[in-house]
Amino acid sequence: MGQTLIEKIIARASGKKAVSKGEIVFVSPHRILSHDNSAAIIEIFKKIGAKKVWDPERIFIALDHAVPPPDERKALNHKIIRNFVKEQGIKHFYDCGVGICHQVLPEYGHVVPGVVILGSDSHTTTHGALGAAGIPIGRTETASVWAIGKTWLKVPETIKIVLQGTLKEGVYAKDAILYVIGQVGADGANYKAMEFYGNIVEKMSISERMTICNLSAEMGAKAGMVPFDEVTKERLKRRVEGPYESLYADSDAAYEKVLEYDLSDLEPQVACPHKVDNVHRVKDLKKIKIDVAFLGTCTNGRLDDLKIASEIVEGKKIAPGVRLLVYPASRMVLIAALKMGYIEKLVEAGAEVAVPSCGPCLGAYGGILAPGEKCISSANRNFKGRMGCKEETGIFLASPVTVAASAIAGYITAEV
Amino acid sequence: MKFEGRVWIFKDDDINTDLIYPGKYIYEPLKEEEQARHAMEDYDFDFSDQARKHDIIITGKNFGCGSSREQAVTCLKYAGVDAIVAKSFARLFYRNAINSAVAVIECPEAVDEAFKLEAKQGSRLSDLKMKIDLSNGKISLALKEYLLKEYSFPSWDEQAMLIFKAGGLVEYTKQRL
Ligand code: SF4
Repeated sequence: MGQTLIEKIIARASGKKAVSKGEIVFVSPHRILSHDNSAAIIEIFKKIGAKKVWDPERIFIALDHAVPPPDERKALNHKIIRNFVKEQGIKHFYDCGVGICHQVLPEYGHVVPGVVILGSDSHTTTHGALGAAGIPIGRTETASVWAIGKTWLKVPETIKIVLQGTLKEGVYAKDAILYVIGQVGADGANYKAMEFYGNIVEKMSISERMTICNLSAEMGAKAGMVPFDEVTKERLKRRVEGPYESLYADSDAAYEKVLEYDLSDLEPQVACPHKVDNVHRVKDLKKIKIDVAFLGTCTNGRLDDLKIASEIVEGKKIAPGVRLLVYPASRMVLIAALKMGYIEKLVEAGAEVAVPSCGPCLGAYGGILAPGEKCISSANRNFKGRMGCKEETGIFLASPVTVAASAIAGYITAEV
Repeated sequence: MKFEGRVWIFKDDDINTDLIYPGKYIYEPLKEEEQARHAMEDYDFDFSDQARKHDIIITGKNFGCGSSREQAVTCLKYAGVDAIVAKSFARLFYRNAINSAVAVIECPEAVDEAFKLEAKQGSRLSDLKMKIDLSNGKISLALKEYLLKEYSFPSWDEQAMLIFKAGGLVEYTKQRL
């Protein structure tokens, strides 16, 4: 019986020839990612009694969750992290303003195909876009890996998702993956890996693949991956930290299930409050008035997202009373968007553009909703209270196009 | 490895980490009691007031889905919860729980029975008592002093048990430095 992609990746990361489902193995990650939560991880690292990190070259930290820090405590967190980075000689540290960890890690070439990336952030699955297994872990586990260089994994089963057909104009990767989440459910891939195939996926850019791998976390997936191909190869020509070897699933690999969807008739999708699998067609919604339109995050804050949104708002003004918040996913994205004139168009339409960071996504600072407010968002979570206030608030998740169109209309729409 | 306690019933599926421990607190290094005070804040207001040592939570499927925040586990632990019995857990929550030495048990049959006994929707402190024996994989539900039913649950992975028995991943790692 052939092997799935995750089986091959885990086998390699654990120094074994082959592994099988359910087997417990120990892996050492190619990279281990953390962000502002590094301050808490440092505390646990000290509690463990460790003195030196196992490998300062393999630890990656980006400050993104509270940037710039809104209060003293969060500023102190950053300071603790900077000191630790210096003291331990951690090589891949990206300070405030460089961008969101999941955007920066691949941008700087730290993700290569066929490796295990561990991350103390649930959307570490994003790195599957480059054919790596991005596996989320918790803070204590991250501290433990910092100390001893490895952790245990149980080899998961894999769900193969095949997206066939051609997406209609105005329908994007975000719509496709929201549709899949609606079908599979919020726990449909719990403990499992997902592999994405089909001609729709083959045509997707790396940015779009990041969107779908990012959202595989919302089905509970341990990893979501698009196998290495020409698109990956082209992208890695630009920046990659070293030689790599790609891995593929065998053609006779044993999948837990194979789900095939023809998306040729797909319409723009929206995940309604308060669950990500509460997915509907945008056009089936009544005119839902919005207060905030949020464009950004590790899901959809990249250059192609800003481009399409800027084209929609060009020459128009956002609806009275609506706030359009734009948080580019990284400095590189911001610079490119400035050069291309996207930012200007957005700002002229009335957008508030902020420093590259997570921003309103997690409800910790910046762009908090007031009671009763509704938000259309390009992010990945619409849980009650996610944007800082739970009283009668509602978050609707959609593509950047729907976010931009709704900002102009004042209610949720995908019509441009 | 035995637990015995009062039972909280959270009769929902997909109770996510934001409901268990809101995102606005995750970058505040709150002390144990403070964390406990915010436990289940966006889901059940009474919980943190009334939770006691050795309490047990019974809940639906995919408990703890969402973010990797470990406080979703530790806030419950500091509030007094020793064990959570669910139809299923989200993977990250499950791992975080083992790493913090909170017992997580998947036993849909016991959950269904408890849900049936507590017909009322929503969450609440029930009249039920629960006993859990990790060593033989048995759960029993009791009302007042009457034993109602016994259930078996699948044993944990050996590695998970090792970490749990060490008292969590911090202790486990300490022994391996
Ligand atoms: S943008 Fe949102 S989902 Fe992405 S890493 Fe930041 S807080 Fe998490």
